[in-house]
Amino acid sequence: MSSIASSGGVRVPTAASAARRDGWLRRLPLLPAFVYVVVITQIPFALTIYYSFFSWNLLRPGSFKFTGLDNYANLVTDESIRTAVWNTVLLTISVIGISVVLGLAVATLLNSEVFGKGLMRTLMIAPFLIMPTAGALIWKDTLLNPLFGLLPNLLSPFGLSRVDWVNQFPMATVVTVEVWRWTPFMMLIILAGLQSQNPEVLEAARVDGATAFQAFRRITLPLVRPFLELGALLGSLFVVQTFDSIYMLTYGGPGQDTTNIPFLLYLVAFQGFNIGQASAIGVVAVILTTIVATIGLRTLFSIFQVEARR
Amino acid sequence: MSSVSPDLPALPRKAKVIAARPFPTSKVVWSVVGWLVVFVFFFPVLWMWLEALKTEPQAASSPPTILFVPTLEEFQTVLAGDFPPFFINSAIASLGSTLLVLVLGLPAAYALAIRPVKRTQDVLFFFISTRFLPFAASLVPLYLLARDLQLLDNIFALAAIYTTINLPLGVWLLRSFLLEIPPELFEAARVDGASFGTEILRIVVPLIAPGIAATALICLIFSWNEFFYAVNFTSSTAATAPIFLVGFISGRSLFYAKLAAAATMASLPVLLAGWIAQKQLIRGLTMGAVK
Repeated sequence: MSSIASSGGVRVPTAASAARRDGWLRRLPLLPAFVYVVVITQIPFALTIYYSFFSWNLLRPGSFKFTGLDNYANLVTDESIRTAVWNTVLLTISVIGISVVLGLAVATLLNSEVFGKGLMRTLMIAPFLIMPTAGALIWKDTLLNPLFGLLPNLLSPFGLSRVDWVNQFPMATVVTVEVWRWTPFMMLIILAGLQSQNPEVLEAARVDGATAFQAFRRITLPLVRPFLELGALLGSLFVVQTFDSIYMLTYGGPGQDTTNIPFLLYLVAFQGFNIGQASAIGVVAVILTTIVATIGLRTLFSIFQVEARR
Repeated sequence: MSSVSPDLPALPRKAKVIAARPFPTSKVVWSVVGWLVVFVFFFPVLWMWLEALKTEPQAASSPPTILFVPTLEEFQTVLAGDFPPFFINSAIASLGSTLLVLVLGLPAAYALAIRPVKRTQDVLFFFISTRFLPFAASLVPLYLLARDLQLLDNIFALAAIYTTINLPLGVWLLRSFLLEIPPELFEAARVDGASFGTEILRIVVPLIAPGIAATALICLIFSWNEFFYAVNFTSSTAATAPIFLVGFISGRSLFYAKLAAAATMASLPVLLAGWIAQKQLIRGLTMGAVK
């Protein structure tokens, strides 16, 4: 059913002379989008780099002063930044790890013989579609609130009635809400992978005496591996930027317990108005993300291209 | 194995086929497990809907109210209050930016797919990499620029930013759909003397209508749900639906039903669109890699 699209592959123009003639015409349709992206992302990024060498606080007029690498030195010495980096890594790895495993489990269930597959899938993707701010509020106020929330009331027979989940386990709460949101995403991608599998191969393995587990490990898993990797990579590029649920659930607290890099940037730029420092954080975040994204995306899309040409 | 007892009335043809098979115990077991899992994941959404249909005292009762007479009271309260402008702003920002993505993205995708230039791959990776450029990259200068141009709290400025967020994804996606069209079609059109505009509107658009739908859906989802730029670049006149929900953060128990009603309405457009276009969703989310 599902297949993998060829995502690369340049078409060779049939008429070489025509290609030379309208060489500039070919580039023209590309231009508006290209210019737009450059103007709104690349030029500001250049300015971000520039600002990062200055000490500049919007709240102190006239504070624009060249300080060289001071802002970057602060990144190394400042504890709050190390905490934010650690929280970002912790959040991303746990959310992606858990949601890939859960997504694989749910996708396997939905790919087996069950009643009402279509409806199950439809309901299952709802958490991903719900506005993240709305989802976080529903979790925080109506499900986890120690006084009126559903969960503390349900757990009261077990003596867990008045646990203030959001404040006592802030990171676990953020991870839970994000896993709730990203598992459906993983499930969708992995399910597409499972559905691209030829059922006859599994049938043949069964005839040859393979157990269900063996067939899953030796046949299904290698087949869906690229889909797992695709889901994990795309997912982590999004989860690294988690902001909505942290803002709504914990506001980065208590203390700094759930402050990740995007939230720290928000605090430094829009609460502290420390433009120079925020820019330095931005530059480092860009470098780290670019490395991961470029290597990851190139590798993955080349895998998918190979698959499609087989 | 399980046979139909002789005194039963004749079963319709379809039922006979089922009866001839062994009773699917494993199917029942796995269905139960599956539905339990789906219930757990869907429950917060269901609970949001239930809370929204309660009155305020019912929504914040301890223990929670399970049996109640549904009422649309709180929906009416929210709609009669200041929610509609937020919703309209969300619609302007997401529809406006989606339209702009298609207008800018379609020619670009066409150029990359059908008339590849040298270094097409590099241009593509440049495009797609900007999607994953953290907002940290351009946030501060954009904010300062918007402030100096008096464009803070301007819904069209927000739409312009959303266009930047979605354009890379749009170009990439549209290109993946265009690659599936046989190039001979475009050759034929050009031989017939079709201009570039005609080629796009008369050939490209009808052929990749599902691709345009998928692209529009993904752009709508991302811009409708976007929060970071909305919270930092708008304050009152241009604030979008997620910002309306921020007002409930400090809200105490008395506002649960209103919160749930607002959350339900704010989430509805994307939820419906995603449910209707599930096929396009998967392709869009994986940037065209998975069909």
